[in-house]
Amino acid sequence: MIAPDEPVAASANNVVIRVRGLKVGFGDRLVMDGLDLDVYRGEVLGLVGASGAGKSVFTRSVLGLLPKQAGMIEVYGLDIDRLTMGERRRVERRWGVLFQQGALFSGLTVKQNIQAPMREHLDLSPRLRDELAMLKISLVGLPLDAANKYPAELSGGMIKRAALARALALDPDLLFLDEPTSGLDPIGAGDFDDLIATLQRTLGLTVFMVTHDLDSLYAICDRVAVLGQGRVSAVGPIAELLLSTDPWIHSYFHGKRGAGRETVFRLGAQGEAR
Amino acid sequence: MSIAPAIACDNTPRGARLTLSGGWTIGAGATLERTAQAMLTKIDGARAAFIDLSEIEQMDTAGAWVIDRSRQALESRGVTAEVVGARPEHTILLREAHFRSTETPERVEHPTLTSLLADIGSSVFSAGADLVNGVGFLGRLVSILLTVLVRPRRWRWTSTFYHLESFALRGAPIILLINFLVGAIVAQQGIFQLARFNATPFTVDLIGILVLRELGVLLSSIMIAGRSGSAITAEIGAMKMREEIDALTVMALDPLEVLILPRVWALVLALPLLTFLADIAALAGGGCVAWIYGDIAPAVFIERLQDAIGLNTFAVGLIKAPFMALVIGLIAAVEGFAVAGSAESLGRQVTGSVVKSIFMVIVLDGLFAMFFAAVRY
Repeated sequence: MIAPDEPVAASANNVVIRVRGLKVGFGDRLVMDGLDLDVYRGEVLGLVGASGAGKSVFTRSVLGLLPKQAGMIEVYGLDIDRLTMGERRRVERRWGVLFQQGALFSGLTVKQNIQAPMREHLDLSPRLRDELAMLKISLVGLPLDAANKYPAELSGGMIKRAALARALALDPDLLFLDEPTSGLDPIGAGDFDDLIATLQRTLGLTVFMVTHDLDSLYAICDRVAVLGQGRVSAVGPIAELLLSTDPWIHSYFHGKRGAGRETVFRLGAQGEAR
Repeated sequence: MSIAPAIACDNTPRGARLTLSGGWTIGAGATLERTAQAMLTKIDGARAAFIDLSEIEQMDTAGAWVIDRSRQALESRGVTAEVVGARPEHTILLREAHFRSTETPERVEHPTLTSLLADIGSSVFSAGADLVNGVGFLGRLVSILLTVLVRPRRWRWTSTFYHLESFALRGAPIILLINFLVGAIVAQQGIFQLARFNATPFTVDLIGILVLRELGVLLSSIMIAGRSGSAITAEIGAMKMREEIDALTVMALDPLEVLILPRVWALVLALPLLTFLADIAALAGGGCVAWIYGDIAPAVFIERLQDAIGLNTFAVGLIKAPFMALVIGLIAAVEGFAVAGSAESLGRQVTGSVVKSIFMVIVLDGLFAMFFAAVRY
């Protein structure tokens, strides 16, 4: 296991995503009501919250897939509402998104899926495109012969890896992961956590991760943001959140499923202190 | 955007020193490749090269890959190439994204002629398989129909009427419209062509017989194949893709009984109804044109029509309708069940469903024409 990096100092130019006063709703029901959140450069931020609290809605509104009713979203210091088409494309090229179900194009092979953004956005020779696609495939730990398979021929874990490879195709600095370990077996999920941590360190990525997986939170997240009542009710390193008195946060981390991991985490921290 | 990647080379007594600068990222595109390739020519025959990365501003996996690719190309030419001055994060990148062979077995491509012949063969085979499948499917459907008839409580009335509404009621306006127009066109052509033989009044016979025997049922069937057959295939296909069919099976429900029987039954009821509407609409269209364009008053038109056609003319068209519906429903269902995992496959099966049903509807119409001629009906 790779220990999480030291949290990055919070200075203004280190903020990759800045959200202020975000309001998103459907009809007259507000899902996000005045949400504020900063994501710092080089950190892994985990977003947790009850089912239906709006984790996916939040991610989708940052990505520009859902219209917002009020508030401001800045990515790399650029207000995403005031972008020209060219700036918008440049921002979109700098982020990679891993959707929950993978969202691989079903009519393309894995290799073609990875090459799709390269083909659309960049002027690369076919040879380099092939080589880079194969590099991404080996980076995410897929066997090389998966390259020519169609998504329908892959297992769930392989689809996640292939989708991650596609998200990494343009070497983004910012990676959005929507429940990356859901549907994987514990070993596969642990491997996937390691993979994300390794990639995050080697490529210097900023990772924004929606997850329900307590193991992921403990293993790779530098900070965790808790979503509740349409806003971020708490944000900080997991050690801080463990001390929180908020009833929901308490039962999330100290409930039946959280308690065992918490003990392991505490023991590990004590071991390191010695 | 970052600055373009660049190389400077100066020859030192120990070998060529390649100083890389700028942004070695994938965003540079073709420039990145060209600059990396230039490393091979710039060293100008030196026996040793030092690749200095200390002035690089940005590097990503693509940059690391092309740098390492050029380094290995130098080594394979017998030049000792060494990376110097790399920052820690670049060293990690170079290690993770070092150049290696990416040979993978390509999907095997056969020569054109061979694959053309193979395509013909497989098309013939799949046409045969379609027929066998279709007959097998019909058999299963009939056996299910029999069990449901014995136990009427298992009949899905809600589903049947829901589909009857969407096939018949919602389809009625468009079928009325196209048949009205086709009736009008046939009347116009009839009047125009028959005028040369002074036989304009026979236009009524032409419209009556052509529309009632053939056009009404044929146009309705083609329209239903395009409108409802495609919908059935798409629905069943999407349910197959999302494992809904499997969910039904493991609940001990037969997808044929739950999904297909109500749809096919609704089609079999809907098409005769629509054919009747189509017949009336086409006669009305023909009557209008005959009145306006051919100066045949409606009362005269109706009188001639009564002489020209009998009940059998009308019955011939209507008898065909349920069989057409059965063929459309069967093909749509078989194609829907044939959908595999991808969106592409769904599109292919829906197209196949419409094309095959229209083709089979026309073939069936031809067979019926021969049959009715033989029995003189």
